[in-house]
Amino acid sequence: MQWETVIGLEIHVQLLTRSKIFSGASVAYGARPNSQACAVDIALPGVLPVLNRQVVEYAIRFGLAINATINSPSIFARKNYFYPDLPKGYQISQLAHPIVEGGHVTIRTGDKEKTIHLTRAHLEEDAGKSTHEGFHDKTGIDLNRAGTGLLEIVSEPEMRSSAEAVAYARVLHSLVRWIGICDGNMQEGSFRCDANVSVRPAGSDVLGTRCEIKNLNSFRFLERAIDYEVARQIDILESGGSIVQQTRLYDADRDETRTMRSKEDAHDYRYFPDPDLLPVVIPQEWIKQIREKLPELPEDRHNRYIRDFSLSAYDANILTAARELADYFEQTVKFLPEQIKLCANWIIGEVSGRLNKEGLEIDQCPVSPEQLAGLLLRITDGTVSGKIAKDVFDSMWQSNDNSADTIIDAKNLRQISDNSEIEKWVNEVLAANQQQVADYRAGKEKAFNSLVGQVMKMSRGKANPVQVNTLLKKHLIE
Amino acid sequence: MLNASLRQLSSLLSEKKISSTELTGEFLARIKALNPDLNAFITMDEEKSLDQARTADEMIATGQSTLLTGIPIAQKDIFCANGWLTTCGSKMLSNFISPYDATVVKQFDQVGMVNLGKTNMDEFAMGSSNETSYYGPVKNPWDRLAVPGGSSGGSACAVAARLAPAATGTDTGGSIRQPAALCGISGIKPTYGLVSRYGMIAFASSLDQAGPMARSAEDLALLLNVMVGFDERDSTSLQREKEDYTQDLEKPVSGLRIGLPKEFFAEGMSSDVSSAVEAALAEYRKLGATFVEVSLPNSKLAVPVYYVLAPAEASSNLSRFDGVRYGHRAAQYANLEDLYAKTRAEGFGDEVKRRILIGTYVLSHGYYDAYYLQAQKLRRLIAEDFKKAFEQCDLIMGPTSPTVAFNIGERCNDPIQMYLSDIYTSAASLAGLPGMSIPVGFGSKNRPVGLHIIGNYFREAQMLNAAHRYQLATNWHELTPPEMNR
Repeated sequence: MQWETVIGLEIHVQLLTRSKIFSGASVAYGARPNSQACAVDIALPGVLPVLNRQVVEYAIRFGLAINATINSPSIFARKNYFYPDLPKGYQISQLAHPIVEGGHVTIRTGDKEKTIHLTRAHLEEDAGKSTHEGFHDKTGIDLNRAGTGLLEIVSEPEMRSSAEAVAYARVLHSLVRWIGICDGNMQEGSFRCDANVSVRPAGSDVLGTRCEIKNLNSFRFLERAIDYEVARQIDILESGGSIVQQTRLYDADRDETRTMRSKEDAHDYRYFPDPDLLPVVIPQEWIKQIREKLPELPEDRHNRYIRDFSLSAYDANILTAARELADYFEQTVKFLPEQIKLCANWIIGEVSGRLNKEGLEIDQCPVSPEQLAGLLLRITDGTVSGKIAKDVFDSMWQSNDNSADTIIDAKNLRQISDNSEIEKWVNEVLAANQQQVADYRAGKEKAFNSLVGQVMKMSRGKANPVQVNTLLKKHLIE
Repeated sequence: MLNASLRQLSSLLSEKKISSTELTGEFLARIKALNPDLNAFITMDEEKSLDQARTADEMIATGQSTLLTGIPIAQKDIFCANGWLTTCGSKMLSNFISPYDATVVKQFDQVGMVNLGKTNMDEFAMGSSNETSYYGPVKNPWDRLAVPGGSSGGSACAVAARLAPAATGTDTGGSIRQPAALCGISGIKPTYGLVSRYGMIAFASSLDQAGPMARSAEDLALLLNVMVGFDERDSTSLQREKEDYTQDLEKPVSGLRIGLPKEFFAEGMSSDVSSAVEAALAEYRKLGATFVEVSLPNSKLAVPVYYVLAPAEASSNLSRFDGVRYGHRAAQYANLEDLYAKTRAEGFGDEVKRRILIGTYVLSHGYYDAYYLQAQKLRRLIAEDFKKAFEQCDLIMGPTSPTVAFNIGERCNDPIQMYLSDIYTSAASLAGLPGMSIPVGFGSKNRPVGLHIIGNYFREAQMLNAAHRYQLATNWHELTPPEMNR
């Protein structure tokens, strides 16, 4: 039987604020355990939550970026359950009237484009952490993270493969960083995914029983966990079994998902509106101000690059993966407006490749857009070949304040376009390679490339390759 | 001295006829002598109190004093006070020393009032008799066989027995007004949101409201001037212009329209309470007030609505008492689940457990709509009733409690009968309206009767005015329990 996969994601985005969502304690990562938990965070008797205005602004920013409805009033509710790292015995979250409802994003897999709708995005507080390391027979509780502001973003079950799920997660990851509401650091847990996965016979419009996979903290784990889970479910169904609704945990070491709890043990969270917090009323004027301050969004830039710069969707997609990268690209283009495609190629190829290799972000790139444009200019005006340009780029990377021209001059890398000089090398190569000359004349095209290579080598890469080609051909035909 | 008003004490202090240290010492000595019998205080800390008194004396000496500087006040043990044992009447917090001050405690501290100690109360403010306290029942100073009412029974007893010139209370469904009535003192629960709840251990957050308990309306006004104010730490605290609650005290009440809800004067009220209340109303007529019958048709639902909503919120508010971070923790447990179960089974008393169970039930999946949501709708209807009534009158009056104080032990095993103690007070709580009780005489066994005054939102000044004019014309509020007059 043909099976169709149905995936919906719940993504927890840690909001980039200085203090917590309901207290003034700092949210800085990596502090000594419990040093960033104030009276409110540890839930002393009598303390009360006060909403951090910044988290509301961030949620609105997100809602506007995905064309969603901003609910006003929006209501905070208590989700009640007991756990040692949940100091109040309830988590302040939202159930009815979440701050953001609806909206959509566009994802791309291969050359396929697809709109994914969002159900909602709501504000809530994070719990603390339980740790078992270093405590014999005991559990350590660190409440530094307790009360950190989160935006939980819930999608409709519209993704049909792990590739689509990853593409969606990447779009959101890029978007929340783009609009400055999250640092996107997945290792530190700033961006965490849970996946709801089910399968159904292809063509069916009834949803199958789903399993929720928790705690997927990398795109790779997201993909592998879904693939494993889909295979597991299909196996069960094909051998006549049925899926039990469960929460499952992905174990990266063993590359499998396993049961965490099933529906029967699910909590009754006894949600009810939090009487300590007033309904959040959001004036239209505030929304307007936030909208005006919103940067040009990745999707808009993507479309503009295709429309105004004639870039391929593929290139546009890569260049708009991060706002800093897109900015870098546009600054480079500003210096070299005639060579947009060349700029794009170099940034996608050389620059990104090198950054990746060294584990740097684009805003840490030692070569500035101006330096890069200076180098690319020397390719277009024939001063250096593309190959030499890569060497210059390499030097530029090491000594980050030199211009391309300085390096070209200092290393004497200028392309040689003097016909008589190139002709000298051509003649020498032809004389030394009679066999290949004969091969070429007998119709073996490959021999030509080898001859070109030898001329280039002789010029130490500096001969203008176009001229080398022309002169070689001329002499071979003679 | 023991019978002096706050203004009189203030004059004595500012004229240096007595120091705060002396005054405080005198009350502390009285507490030491009488508290073993009355059990009004859970915690005293002479050193801390006298330290504060010395600071107050310094403020007075250096001209930095306010009207209330140097006057002692007793704090209900629901308020967190830095360095003080803060138990909320529960075994669960029997070892909890608060590391911070509630806003109310801080407010009194800032004007130089002296904390005399922490008063006894029903456990987590759940009760109408002070019998649910882990620290044992409080006795009514008018008749030590009787309860003082609850949950602010310790505070009411302390003021009535002259163990303190004034005290703080909190009121969720009647917990200031009912004990004030039963102990023959004055107490006011302001409009919800006027006094900060920060540092006041939560019972039912949407109803809890702190207020002063004292001998007279004038004293209440002075104390309210300190307690009312916006607090950025409490999101439900209201931002309003500062009001002087003493300003209208002396105004004549002629022409005051008093609404008498027919539902409050129907069956249920005992005849002794009824006669005292009628006499008080007659006094108001003499003062020139007029009467109009009003109707609060949904008020009969107030108790059932209250006993859905308050436990619902309480079941969640009390979840933090889990033995993990502070408070009582079971000595032995097999695992996490067991730690929670044993800690809470040992730490909470029966009434608290009963309300947690009710609250958990009404919020449960499948029952939420039928109970919690339905109760919320009725709560709005109850508030609507008052809105309509206040179109016809300025203040609403009636009995605070259907009976005078009952005997200790009398209603312990009958929660429904106990819950009906709040029959007249819980409606105003649900509507968020201000309510107060003043002493208007005595009923059977010479136990005090209170008159309940409900005002429209933010009409505390008008209520205090009406109460003050009554107290100028009568002396019920000045009477001291016979056995305490020594």
